[in-house]
Amino acid sequence: MNKKHRMFVRMVLASLVRRRSRMIVALLAIVVGATILSGLGMICYDVPRQMSSQFRSYGANMIFTPSDKEYISSGDMEKGISFIRNEELEGYTPYRYVNSKMHSSPVTLAGTDFGSVLKTSPYWHISGEMPSDSGQTLVGKKMAEKLGLSAGESVSAQNSFEITEDTDLTDIPEYEIYTDPETGEKYCDHLLDLKVTGILETGGSEEEYIYISMDDLSYLMLDGSAKNNYDIVEVSIAAKQDELSAYADRINGEGGLTAKLVKRVTASESTVLTKLEALVFIVSLVVLALTMICVATTMTAVIAERRREIGLRKALGALNSSIIAEFLSEGLVLGGIGGILGSLLGYGFAQIVSMNVFGSSITFRFLLIPVTIIASVIITGLACLIPIKSAAEVEPAIVLKGE
Amino acid sequence: MSLLELKNISKIYGELHALDNVSLSVDKGEWIAIMGPSGSGKSTMMNIIGCMDKPTTGQVIFDGRDISRDSRRKLTEFHRDKIGLVFQQFHLINYLNAVENVMVAQYYHSMPDEKEALAALERVGLKDRAKHLPGQLSGGEQQRVCIARALINSPELILADEPTGNLDEANENIVLDIFRQLHKEGTSLVVVTHDPEVGEVAQRIVRLEHGKIVSDKKNDSFSDTLKGEKKNEKKNEKKKN
Ligand SMILES: Nc1ncnc2c1ncn2[C@@H]1O[C@H](COP(=O)(O)OP(=O)(O)OP(=O)(O)O)[C@@H](O)[C@H]1O
Ligand SMILES: [Mg+2]
Repeated sequence: MNKKHRMFVRMVLASLVRRRSRMIVALLAIVVGATILSGLGMICYDVPRQMSSQFRSYGANMIFTPSDKEYISSGDMEKGISFIRNEELEGYTPYRYVNSKMHSSPVTLAGTDFGSVLKTSPYWHISGEMPSDSGQTLVGKKMAEKLGLSAGESVSAQNSFEITEDTDLTDIPEYEIYTDPETGEKYCDHLLDLKVTGILETGGSEEEYIYISMDDLSYLMLDGSAKNNYDIVEVSIAAKQDELSAYADRINGEGGLTAKLVKRVTASESTVLTKLEALVFIVSLVVLALTMICVATTMTAVIAERRREIGLRKALGALNSSIIAEFLSEGLVLGGIGGILGSLLGYGFAQIVSMNVFGSSITFRFLLIPVTIIASVIITGLACLIPIKSAAEVEPAIVLKGE
Repeated sequence: MSLLELKNISKIYGELHALDNVSLSVDKGEWIAIMGPSGSGKSTMMNIIGCMDKPTTGQVIFDGRDISRDSRRKLTEFHRDKIGLVFQQFHLINYLNAVENVMVAQYYHSMPDEKEALAALERVGLKDRAKHLPGQLSGGEQQRVCIARALINSPELILADEPTGNLDEANENIVLDIFRQLHKEGTSLVVVTHDPEVGEVAQRIVRLEHGKIVSDKKNDSFSDTLKGEKKNEKKNEKKKN
């Protein structure tokens, strides 16, 4: 740095430090703008995450189905799930469907995990209670009406199969033998006794199923591995559509199961998010424009009272370009300081907004600090440029004459 | 040889002829006082000589070069090399201290140098005030800072518009002594004043009235001796007696 540059810095700093009462006014305008901008930026950044969490109340947004095998094994399911980042995984629930009979009517039983089902289907409305033990069942509302069941009642599900010479009934704990009067074929009716703890209302197809635990399903099927083999797994992930697609691709690449997005859910989510982001973006633009007008006005006033100084500098031989460089530098320093303060205050502002709107705290994005500072410097620079340029045009003779 | 020549200069503001066909030649090393009543066009003339304003008609020839039609930028570059300005209202930058104010002139001219700037302040007797802001200096001190600033780049010509207009007699004498010193060193001086005492000390007195030169004569009583030296001489004479 030569003497000329040192003098330049010395003048800029002297102006900022020794005229600080004036500078504070300009700084204030910049800080307010930078605060709102960085706050909005932070909210804009965090909203999708916050909203994704909220959106999970609409249910699962990804499903696993078997690819080449008949069922998804619990091992494959766990492997698929392991691809999803823990903090984004809201929950996952396996389902296994079997046909059965209750009160001699055909029914579809759905084996599931009652402990996790509400994480993927938070919208389930249960009159009564969620089953907590084996031997308990949750009956879909339509099924309950058809069978005349209500909470608290007991019912048996039956698994009927033909008895042949090979059939070994010794391990079957509970059964009835039934002979078809016409064909003379013998059937075994294996029974599962269930207590209805609650009736499920969803307004959708779920009301047509009878939910039992995986253990009960295995028992009824007389198949110990049934509880580890699923028809479908519902997964709920707090992530945006493109991220979900990326997860699905990775999981599919691994084989064993097919992961699909629930388009109905993810598409509408991403529409809402896009609209929300557009809204925040427009608001940011408006704030940006207002900040710029505000800073430009303040700067015009600050520079207007320095017309005489500009005239004097020109009388001392300053070219317009050096005047612009000096005054612009002051503006840029102010912009930088304003940006630093604004990015910190903006975090507080975003935190307050987030707490009030979403009821959760915002994640601090370090990247937004340099971005805010750079934006603030650029905006202040642009806002200063017009008043400085016009002020640099003053004729020294005219300004110096007036008292 | 003339350093500066004004040829048929007019400056017209609407109907008003602030300068009306003025011609004037300033020799190298000459000390001229421009006098005249208020509104006679003195400052207008100064601004034109100082390249801060352009004449409506006429030519300004500096060192044999016609500068009256030069571009703003060229004029600026030219005048910061050749001319030092002293203003009636001191015009210091109020957030820079005395030495920094002097350095500003160096900055736009060539290279700031704090030592040189301090030397210039010492020359006008303000070395111990170098770190004071203009607001902390008296009017006389401020004017001396202006003079230090005007002479820092060793200009060929110093233009001073009412340099003593706001000063008391003691400060006026300090300023005039600095002018005498500069004149001895060969600097040309053009000093605008309506104070006869300040006019009387110049080599040549030009009178302006209504934008016209009404008289231009040599000052017979001109003396290069500093006031301080005069006093000493008187003392010496007394001692002899
Ligand atoms: N920008 C301007 N527009 C119009 N008229 C002007 C302008 N500048 C100066 N004048 C007029 O030109 C005339 C000469 O002005 P000038 O400033 O040169 O006077 P002066 O001799 O310096 O007076 P003073 O001793 O009061 O400083 C005045 O009548 C003044 O009103
Ligand atoms: Mg004047």
